[in-house]
Amino acid sequence: MLRFLVNRILQGCVLILIVSMIGFAVINLAPGGPLSQYAMTPGMSQADLDRIAHQMGLDRPLPVQYLDWLGNMLTGDWGRSYRDQSPVLDVVWRHLGATLLLMGTSTAIAIALGTMVGVLGALKRYSIFDYMATVGAMIALSIPTFWFGLVAIFIFSLELGWLPAGSMYTVGDQSLGDYLIHLIMPSLVLALVNVAIWSRYMRTATLDVMHQDFVRTARAKGLPRWRIVSAHIVRNALIPMITLAGLQLPTIIGGALVTETVFTWPGLGRLFIDSLGYNDYPVIMGLLMFSAILTVIGNFLADIGVAFADPRIRLG
Amino acid sequence: MSDPILSVRNLTIRFKGDGRETQVVHGVDFDIHPGETLALVGESGSGKSVTSFALMRLLPEAPRCRIDGQIRMGGTDLLALTEPQMAAYRGPRIAMIFQEPLTSLNPVHRVGDQIAEAIRFHRKMDRTAIRARVLELLRMVGIPDPERRMMAYPHEMSGGMRQRVVIAMALALEPELLIADEPTTALDVTVQAQILDLLRDLQKRTGMAMLFITHDFGVVAEIAERVMVMYSGRIVEEGSLGAVLERPRMPYTSGLLASVPRFEDAGQSKGPLGTIEGFVPSPDKLPAGCSFHPRCPQFRPGLCDQRMPELLPHGRPAHPVRCLRAPDLSLVPEVPA
Repeated sequence: MLRFLVNRILQGCVLILIVSMIGFAVINLAPGGPLSQYAMTPGMSQADLDRIAHQMGLDRPLPVQYLDWLGNMLTGDWGRSYRDQSPVLDVVWRHLGATLLLMGTSTAIAIALGTMVGVLGALKRYSIFDYMATVGAMIALSIPTFWFGLVAIFIFSLELGWLPAGSMYTVGDQSLGDYLIHLIMPSLVLALVNVAIWSRYMRTATLDVMHQDFVRTARAKGLPRWRIVSAHIVRNALIPMITLAGLQLPTIIGGALVTETVFTWPGLGRLFIDSLGYNDYPVIMGLLMFSAILTVIGNFLADIGVAFADPRIRLG
Repeated sequence: MSDPILSVRNLTIRFKGDGRETQVVHGVDFDIHPGETLALVGESGSGKSVTSFALMRLLPEAPRCRIDGQIRMGGTDLLALTEPQMAAYRGPRIAMIFQEPLTSLNPVHRVGDQIAEAIRFHRKMDRTAIRARVLELLRMVGIPDPERRMMAYPHEMSGGMRQRVVIAMALALEPELLIADEPTTALDVTVQAQILDLLRDLQKRTGMAMLFITHDFGVVAEIAERVMVMYSGRIVEEGSLGAVLERPRMPYTSGLLASVPRFEDAGQSKGPLGTIEGFVPSPDKLPAGCSFHPRCPQFRPGLCDQRMPELLPHGRPAHPVRCLRAPDLSLVPEVPA
């Protein structure tokens, strides 16, 4: 167990280091750069630009810039946003809550609903419900999220006027009910595609398990059907889903990108898009690192979870 | 003889798939009496396992599988029961052990819990009583150190031990009938003998009846009192152990017997072991007449390929046979016992 921990932490560090190098290189190779916004300012001379570049440290060779950034990051200084000079960690922290609220709600809906739809579809294979779930999942997977978002806004906000079209709260209200009302549409739209994915995987996993010998043994024991389904079929079918859930963790950043934009949700996805637009290198790098760390943590938690759920698996 | 605990009448099983229907069991009749061991013998594909699963109603649901006939137990036709009613029979009345001890247990639950589960849903007993019963069962099936073993997961046990757990689970509610579907096939020979001993011993102690499904006449000789031989979904010969083993009347049975190696023959040159040419026909392509005729050494053209024989006594009431040539054949095993 200790060896497993040490191993995984070392592996994770190496992975994050490699991601940081690639990320840093790619961002700096892209055309534009933080200075391009100043270049458009009237009266800005090349000398002025050079002076700004020197102040920001951008005139140094790339490896030196990288090592400087890396050293600072390891000591907890992730740099400052070019946009408003606030520390990157603060900027990420400010947007994290909104994203967690949205992603957490939508993931909970997706897992609960997806598990039910998948298990029912497998138990009643080739039934009308199963066909409807299959077709529904195909539709949800093939139509882009922003389209669903826009259609939902059109119907429920513009036509019916039931739900707010965007943002996380009404300025001046901010009660719990107000948050919930704002949460309904984006979290459901975001959950839609995840319900589709999750239910497909769950259906396959359930079909795999329900034809195994131990399910027959459970029936031969004269157990009631609900017990066979819960303790024997679903209990085993959920094991591979733990890994899938672990892989969902890093999508906190990228997963809600489109949805947050459509619903003007002040989360990390929108921060990422905005930062790209501004060439805000420190924030982009910060989000990239954050995402890499979440990937490592997500995988780690999934492995622990699987070992916990399946006694045949030993960590090591 | 006492009333049978289980009577099977005209049991017919059809599977449906890909738009066609395949009949795999054709009107099987038999009785099982209290305390007896009946062996159902046949090659793979003869329909013996399907028959045993039908008794437990463990075959797929209605549209994919049609079961006709009657399976009567104490005045009730099991085939007429609803699924929850049938669940109440599984365990206390009929129990079953399976061929694959390695996969018959749920890998994520402790074996003690899996045995307890078999009790919990049929009897109102508190935790301590159930725990005591689980320990008693584990001891009964010969698992050493049951307090520790009941906490083990299936993958931590050997095949023989797992089969003992499956047996303990099946016996938890003292069923009247135990169906054993090739319970020793997947095990080492020494473990096989242990499990057979155990089953024989448990039967003596509990007085349950046993339906033993196997393809192995060596196992039959060890455990059975009465034998039914099955071929292509029909019973082709039925009789006491001694009668069937020593004076088989059906060429198929004698062929099976000739293919069993005998310890007494070791070192003597009696030629190669007997084989039966060909394969069990596929259930949807049964030959006309007796389904065994294409493989039968006693095949007589114009007779055996014309009509399916009935299962008839032909002079020996306790030992009926399904063979048109039975009147003029008196078969003994090619290698006498």
